[in-house]
Amino acid sequence: MTLNAIGEVKRLKLQAEEIRKCLLQIVYSAKAGHIGGSLSSVDVETALYFHIMNVDPSNPLDPDRDRFILSKGHSVEAYYAVLAAKGFVSQELLDTYGHFGSKLAGHPTKKVPGIELNSGALGHGLSVGVGLAIAAHMDKKSFKTFVLMGDGEQGEGSIYEAAMSASHYKLGNLVAIIDRNTLQISGLTEEVMSLEPMRERWEAFGWQVFDVAGNDMEDLVKTFDAFDYSSEKPKLIISHTIKGNGISYMEKVAKWHHSVPDEAQYQLALQEIDARINALKS
Amino acid sequence: MSTENKIPCRKMFTDTLLELAKKDRDIVAVTTDARGSVTLDRFAKELPARFVELGIAEQNAVGVGAGLASAGKKPYVCGPACFYVARSLEQVKVDVAYSQNNVKILGVSGGVSYGALGFSHHSLHDIAVLRTFPGMEIVLPCDIYQTKKLVEFLVNHPRPVYIRVGRNALPNVYEGFDCPFEYGKANTLLEGTDLTIIGTGETVWHCLQAGKALLEMGVKARVLDMHTLKPLDKEAILKAAAETECILTVEEHSIYGGLGSAVAEIVIQENPIPMRILGIPDENAIHGTSPEIFHHYGIDAEGIVKAALQLLQK
Repeated sequence: MTLNAIGEVKRLKLQAEEIRKCLLQIVYSAKAGHIGGSLSSVDVETALYFHIMNVDPSNPLDPDRDRFILSKGHSVEAYYAVLAAKGFVSQELLDTYGHFGSKLAGHPTKKVPGIELNSGALGHGLSVGVGLAIAAHMDKKSFKTFVLMGDGEQGEGSIYEAAMSASHYKLGNLVAIIDRNTLQISGLTEEVMSLEPMRERWEAFGWQVFDVAGNDMEDLVKTFDAFDYSSEKPKLIISHTIKGNGISYMEKVAKWHHSVPDEAQYQLALQEIDARINALKS
Repeated sequence: MSTENKIPCRKMFTDTLLELAKKDRDIVAVTTDARGSVTLDRFAKELPARFVELGIAEQNAVGVGAGLASAGKKPYVCGPACFYVARSLEQVKVDVAYSQNNVKILGVSGGVSYGALGFSHHSLHDIAVLRTFPGMEIVLPCDIYQTKKLVEFLVNHPRPVYIRVGRNALPNVYEGFDCPFEYGKANTLLEGTDLTIIGTGETVWHCLQAGKALLEMGVKARVLDMHTLKPLDKEAILKAAAETECILTVEEHSIYGGLGSAVAEIVIQENPIPMRILGIPDENAIHGTSPEIFHHYGIDAEGIVKAALQLLQK
């Protein structure tokens, strides 16, 4: 890895930690949210918004922008924190989360600058991503589409309709990501409904599959940087993550799917994140 | 005036769409192994790059339509009404209506068009359900002339719309392609003061025949073609309530939640007058051809005349 690349990974790690801190504050202040799946998906969203995607908060509807669809809409707190860090959402707007009449709902909506689709019902995002990717091919545009799904979400059959059509239409400009944190609301995904062998299933649908350490910025950056979006196969990243990543007592605990920390837990979480931020800055 | 016609509305819809698509590069047709039943074969042959076949997968088709619209395309997602407003209902709700993506859903062979194929293939709930989705508009054209006008209008109408057409060729209600058409505004087909008969889609022709038959009996019925069910022409309904003092609605739909309910919601709150709602009762529709089913449930001209006379006697 070059010195430049090392510097870039460090910058992204710091950005991800600041986003973690922001989403923790959002959930604590609103006394609501899906913190576990937000924490697991912070790193991949940070890599996309701060390293990969061509998006510009001063021109949010640029027809050539890359598209991101949060299909696992319940992880919206990480998304809001990312959009705030990127400059789409003001601190003033962020502060309204959880308040009556706020533009910031508990699932994404297009009322918020930078958001492409109202989501929340699972199993929808990949089809919309297929439509965006087909539109790019029709218009000979080079924008790319990224769809982030949950692993529990993989129970929705519509995803496999979308998967079939993505390979049928040779959508190499489409990237799906599964936040493989192995937990869903009722417990372990493999106990609720077996999802394995995930790689083989997606390969059988005609996708190019990448297993990635989804809370490791270096691995994420290396994987995304190597993509050839002009290829004919759609790409799936199985992003192996830890639910609740970065807050020790939340990690791998199903109840943190949507629990809210109390004051002592909040302070502890802040200390952990701040310690990492200070270490990265030093 | 000849009412003879051999072209189904679905064909007029897709032929008109194809002509418009040759001039407008953003128009895209999306379907689910239904190019034959929708009559999209010509579109597929002449504009293959803008024809998206998705196989038998309605949920995906509506989502893909939303994605295409999100990128600035004008997608027409086309297939049997019975599947699009059931199997893919959540995609219509979230990806189209809630997300305000400019997707047109063309539900063909709606209502009881599929006749004896059975209740799985009937769509008698579509109006009731879609009326409750904020931002979703609903229109049922009644003949080929109106269908053509509608397609020409929709192509530059930037909002989600559900269009239901039937399977079979229908007698013409209007006299030609210069028929009056204003989206969201009912057409008055017959003036009258004794009662108002309101139809939508395929029942409009029957309402008009009933109106003419009643006139011969000395009953002056006003007949309205309520092609657009959402946004609904409240003004025409209230005018009818005030001037004719009773309303009969006729629809190829469940008696719950459709045209009759929509009219009643306005009448009961603003000017309560006697009403009667004709449609398919709360049962799985009897097996038969579409005209047989219309006759059985009294939503053909004969049944409408009978119901009108009963309503007037009350």
